Amino acid sequence: MERPLTRNIKPNADPVWLAEYEKAGGYESVRKALQTMAPQDIQKLVTDSTLRGRGGAGFPTGKKWSFVPMGPDAPRPKYLVVNADEMEPGTFKDRLLLEGDPHQMIESMIVSAYAIQADVGYIFLRMEYGIAAARLRKAIGEARAKGYLGRNLLGSDFSFDIYLHTSAGRYICGEETALLNALEGKRAIPRAKPPFPQVVGLWGKPTIVQNVETLCNVPHIITQGVEWYRRLSRGKDGGTKIYGVSGNVKRPGAWELPMGTSIREILEEHAGGMRDGFAFRGLLPGGASTAMLVEEHLDLPMDFESIPQGGSRMGTGTMILLDDQTCPVGFAQNLEHFFAQESCGWCTPCWEGLSWTERILQSLEDGQGRMEDIDVLAMHTKLLGPGRTFCALAPGAMDPLQSFLKYCRADFERHIHERRCPWGNGRDGADGARIWPVSSSMIVPTR
Amino acid sequence: MLSDAERAEIEEELSHYPDKRAACVEALKVVQRHRGWVSDESLKGVAALLGMTCDELDGVATFYNLIFRKPVGRHVIFLCDSISCWTCGCDAMRKGLQTRLGISMGETTLDGRFTLLPIVCLGACDRAPTMMVDDDLHGNLTTQKIDRALEQYP
Ligand SMILES: Cc1cc2nc3c(=O)[nH]c(=O)nc-3n(C[C@H](O)[C@H](O)[C@H](O)COP(=O)(O)O)c2cc1C
Ligand code: SF4
Ligand code: FES
Repeated sequence: MERPLTRNIKPNADPVWLAEYEKAGGYESVRKALQTMAPQDIQKLVTDSTLRGRGGAGFPTGKKWSFVPMGPDAPRPKYLVVNADEMEPGTFKDRLLLEGDPHQMIESMIVSAYAIQADVGYIFLRMEYGIAAARLRKAIGEARAKGYLGRNLLGSDFSFDIYLHTSAGRYICGEETALLNALEGKRAIPRAKPPFPQVVGLWGKPTIVQNVETLCNVPHIITQGVEWYRRLSRGKDGGTKIYGVSGNVKRPGAWELPMGTSIREILEEHAGGMRDGFAFRGLLPGGASTAMLVEEHLDLPMDFESIPQGGSRMGTGTMILLDDQTCPVGFAQNLEHFFAQESCGWCTPCWEGLSWTERILQSLEDGQGRMEDIDVLAMHTKLLGPGRTFCALAPGAMDPLQSFLKYCRADFERHIHERRCPWGNGRDGADGARIWPVSSSMIVPTR
Repeated sequence: MLSDAERAEIEEELSHYPDKRAACVEALKVVQRHRGWVSDESLKGVAALLGMTCDELDGVATFYNLIFRKPVGRHVIFLCDSISCWTCGCDAMRKGLQTRLGISMGETTLDGRFTLLPIVCLGACDRAPTMMVDDDLHGNLTTQKIDRALEQYP
């Protein structure tokens, strides 16, 4: 089984550095692109490859690039930004690529920048990824010294350089327009669209924001071709996918597999099935903002086309398991606590609605819920649905909630009838401190 | 206000952007690396260097949970409280930490050694439950493992 994205990655080993990376065929796509291809050729290849964004939304990459103004009259400079914020709970795939093969990230950026004729690239990295930061810095230095970055790459008239930007927390920074504000040194609240970043992005210039994993596909498409790329997949969308599984399974982890591998195969063959003493109840297929799937969906292929048949989205492709030892109401409470805390506060339905949702779920967990609460929760899934808030954070928070109301309704009702959490969660079960202080401004000074 | 070393590191960051204020988060982090947190005094220094008003800069600083505008202990423990860690027992880890350190979330130990804070998913859910101490990730936690790990941070 071919695994182009992770071919250089060995568990618990240092990444390959420049000499070794080149020996394994690294930077070949840069040579091929700059010496034999026009930017439009690469755009066409990427479109034909059917590559779709791996950051959650699955937008076709070639199509996104086609909106960038090209030619001598295009506004300059143009920017390529890598979204390496990876803060969606349950998602840990970009970390693998960044820590495991930093030169692949650099190579991917160079050829992608060439395709849209970008002048400057930024890697927007979450602060907690310190190892990735150190390795990327070293790789950028090596690449610059070797002439892969800087002026007139490989003697061509294309110039490009890359800078690493390390952030300081907050999930909303991963939303692409909030990310642009963050990069500009402003509060990271999303921008209105249109205009789209492809046309009016960073400092008002054309900008492409792309997920780490998405970009890492591009060099391989250039060197090995579209036919090869599409054959890697078992479904309609080309390539491989880094799938992950976390929760109470025997072998949690991430694996690069053909796009369209079934959920069951990932769960049973790769993650080893449930841990002893735990039974399967459901899973969120691609991070905290995707709706739950249950037993009947296990044979769905994990791809952009198939997962919606089960009423969910592939999202980031990293699954989170719900088992029978875990309270579904508590699970939903944990998710909504995250979203309420991470709401940027810009629009009222989101910050009001999410904190209300969280409080209702907490009171259910505490055994103080009423039947009407379920209706209020259901109402929120509509009120905060797509199109009613400024960005996709709030609808993303409602997707899992509506699925829990659908598949675990009896558990919600049990909390109300028994006036307690049957799993022993909530204030009585824990220690009365479920609502933790959330921001640095709430740090209690040293006594 | 700012030391020469801090100033030099911030100036290096400035060269990466066409606009000075774009370096503000990195600049605040430079200060935080040197002093542990960002005081009003340091904030003023950074603002002057970047041509921003203090209010503008504080508006950005307070947006981020990893910029500390109040003093913290010598080491900061960030315990992941997101979903995969929660299903794998982070509540028990929190109780263990609170008992061992004698503090609640958000507090600093009396000797100024540790500050305990929650953090969202650390992107290491395959190693749940997880925590980060300063810059180091610790995964597959048990209370015994936490006890051993903390010994590395005097
Ligand atoms: C609240 C929120 C957080 C997001 N966080 C990330 C993230 O951390 N990484 C990422 O690649 N995309 C994230 N996205 C999606 C981005 O907005 C954007 O769609 C993506 O970076 C585009 O890249 P792609 O087409 O390569 O997937 C987030 C979206 C929202 C609404
Ligand atoms: S939906 Fe939420 S996160 Fe998005 S802009 Fe509105 S308040 Fe901010
Ligand atoms: S949920 Fe804790 S590391 Fe992801």
